[in-house]
Amino acid sequence: MQMTGAQILWESLVREGTDVVFGYPGGAILPAYDAMLDFPMIHHVLVRHEQGAAHMADGYARASGKVGVAVATSGPGATNLTTGIANAMLDSVPTVFITGQVSSHLIGSDAFQETDVTGITLPITKHNSIVTKASDVARSIREAFAIARHGRPGPVLVDICKDAQQGKTDFVWPETLNLPGLHATPVPSAKELERAAELIARAERPLILAGHGVLKSGATQALLAFAEKTGTPVALTLLGLGGFPASHPLSLGMMGMHGEAFVNAAIQRADLLLAFGMRFDDRVTGNLKTYALTAKKIHVEIDASEVGKNVAVDVALLGDLRATLEALTPIVAPAKHDAWQREIGEGRAQTKARDILHQPDGGNLYAAHVIHDLWEATRGEAIVVSDVGQHQMFEAQYYAHERPRTLITSGGLGTMGFALPAAIGAKMARPEAEVWVVAGDGGFQMTQCELATLQQEKLDIKIAVVNNGFLGMVRQWQEFFYDKRYAATPMLSPDFVKLAEAYGIAAHRVTKRDEVLPTVDVARKSGQPALIDFRVVKEEAVYPMVPAGANLDAMIRRPANEEVTA
Amino acid sequence: MKHTLVARVQDQPGVLNRVASLFRRRAFNIESLTVGHSEVPDFSRMTIVVDTARVPARLVEENLRKLVPIAEVRDVTDLPTVDRDLALIKVRCAANERAEIAQLAEIFRGKIVDVAQDSVIVEVTGDSEKVDGLVELLKPRGIQEMVRTGKVAMLRGTAASQN
Repeated sequence: MQMTGAQILWESLVREGTDVVFGYPGGAILPAYDAMLDFPMIHHVLVRHEQGAAHMADGYARASGKVGVAVATSGPGATNLTTGIANAMLDSVPTVFITGQVSSHLIGSDAFQETDVTGITLPITKHNSIVTKASDVARSIREAFAIARHGRPGPVLVDICKDAQQGKTDFVWPETLNLPGLHATPVPSAKELERAAELIARAERPLILAGHGVLKSGATQALLAFAEKTGTPVALTLLGLGGFPASHPLSLGMMGMHGEAFVNAAIQRADLLLAFGMRFDDRVTGNLKTYALTAKKIHVEIDASEVGKNVAVDVALLGDLRATLEALTPIVAPAKHDAWQREIGEGRAQTKARDILHQPDGGNLYAAHVIHDLWEATRGEAIVVSDVGQHQMFEAQYYAHERPRTLITSGGLGTMGFALPAAIGAKMARPEAEVWVVAGDGGFQMTQCELATLQQEKLDIKIAVVNNGFLGMVRQWQEFFYDKRYAATPMLSPDFVKLAEAYGIAAHRVTKRDEVLPTVDVARKSGQPALIDFRVVKEEAVYPMVPAGANLDAMIRRPANEEVTA
Repeated sequence: MKHTLVARVQDQPGVLNRVASLFRRRAFNIESLTVGHSEVPDFSRMTIVVDTARVPARLVEENLRKLVPIAEVRDVTDLPTVDRDLALIKVRCAANERAEIAQLAEIFRGKIVDVAQDSVIVEVTGDSEKVDGLVELLKPRGIQEMVRTGKVAMLRGTAASQN
């Protein structure tokens, strides 16, 4: 059947299971938008800035496990996507980006809104391609989805020339893929599994370090079974949160720069680290030269280029995490590590004593208290989409996630402005879920234009702005490492209540601890989107903290009897 | 230490750019890189020599393998291979020195391929060490210009460099 490249684009997206795309029209993508009207099974979300479209596709993918799709025009439309593409790359999120491009005969002529999009996005995509004729559209889309999903997932960009959208050709859906570079997922050999099982049997102080891979491979149950059989405590990376139930006795919570001190201490004391789907990022290891020197290391990882990149390992099990754990658990010996657990438990008790949750608020509103109360009000069951900064770390510390895909946050790239658009994507993917944005006053202002998108789509999303009048995390670094010289961190914000109201969104302001729960309750029961402006203490610090590049157990701790003042 | 990697890559626009971009982004050090047609249509073959002082060869290899158009990569450093590098060397040469230079080149199985008033171009093919040897000998005479293709490599015998 003869179809235009634009029609083939949508037909291909439908065949790949796409039901929603996030985008913004423009000249070079207009033929595609025109054809879109004939494909009502795909819902288009009109964003207010293309960065928002990219984060929405990202949030959609993280909430659903499906491939998120964003569409933009050539030139500025495409360049606006780049932050979101890089974000999806660093966090391995399966996404497909479709950009319009000037007609193929104009390429290289500096035509209006022409940019070398495949060149620009080459290092921030898993793969990209440019399509110059209609007959290549179907294959390119089919390949893009296959690559985005395969192995360690990631973003793929397809740049489609305007004449390729307009041209007519016979529609042929490629049944098979010709991608010899897409290798089959490796499977660890029996010998390698045996070797891992031996190390596990010999360990007295084993520790699991579980990362984003747990969620990506759907390994939550497999991890639980392994941890329980071997009696091994589980520490999580930021992106691993939710991969192991926070309330489980073996759960330690988050490791790394703002992980609990007892968790980092345990890593440094362990005699075996089981790294499951994590990549020993600098934010979790601190100084590599002193990192976990007493521990043997087993690394289960799907991406061979991550093994031995930062930390040398004793056994590498290359493969899908879930499949690998399902093969490994039956051959490991059941164990209990009571002495080790007691030792960790003592550290945990000391940490609790310093916890701000157990300190009086002195009439002030603390960000940590806000997050704790939000957790309590939502019984830990909401999807929380956090932005980047102090509130993100408080969220990670005080919102106990029990289930996978309930925390969506920007890890590797640390993209401020991620939360609101990503939450819109998450809500589109899981309309039945309660979705909360937790953002700082700085990050929220980077993408607050998407409030209009939220309203246009009539999405019931709740927004908590943790407002301290500072770029809080940068201010904290200035406090600790730059002699309190607050260069460009005090920040004036609009009246967020009035701002929300201008978009037709109900809004509230909270300045005291005892107002938190009732206000959250009102927002939750409204059945409408709502924004709460939490006016928190201006100069609060996230404790504990491993300074960048310092030894993992050399943490800055909250002073034991800190004066609780504003 | 230098490692030699042989890759079979899909012949498509931008593939060389992808490899170069990877090396730049990860700060891998390319010693030489050659690309050309292979025995299979639509596939090119790359021979990449990398300096592995900073990054282990295995990580370079695994990162290359992640590039979608790269079908196969193999580190052939420790395997029996035939290695070749071709050089064109323009060397200062008076008319009465031509025979001498021709003789020198002959020892390295090279030859003079162009003659001008006061210079000749010597062509030599061989493994990198052999080419280096001739270059060293010609240096004192004044090398005016030189181009080398960089190394290409193929496994000896029946074993295929890629499978």
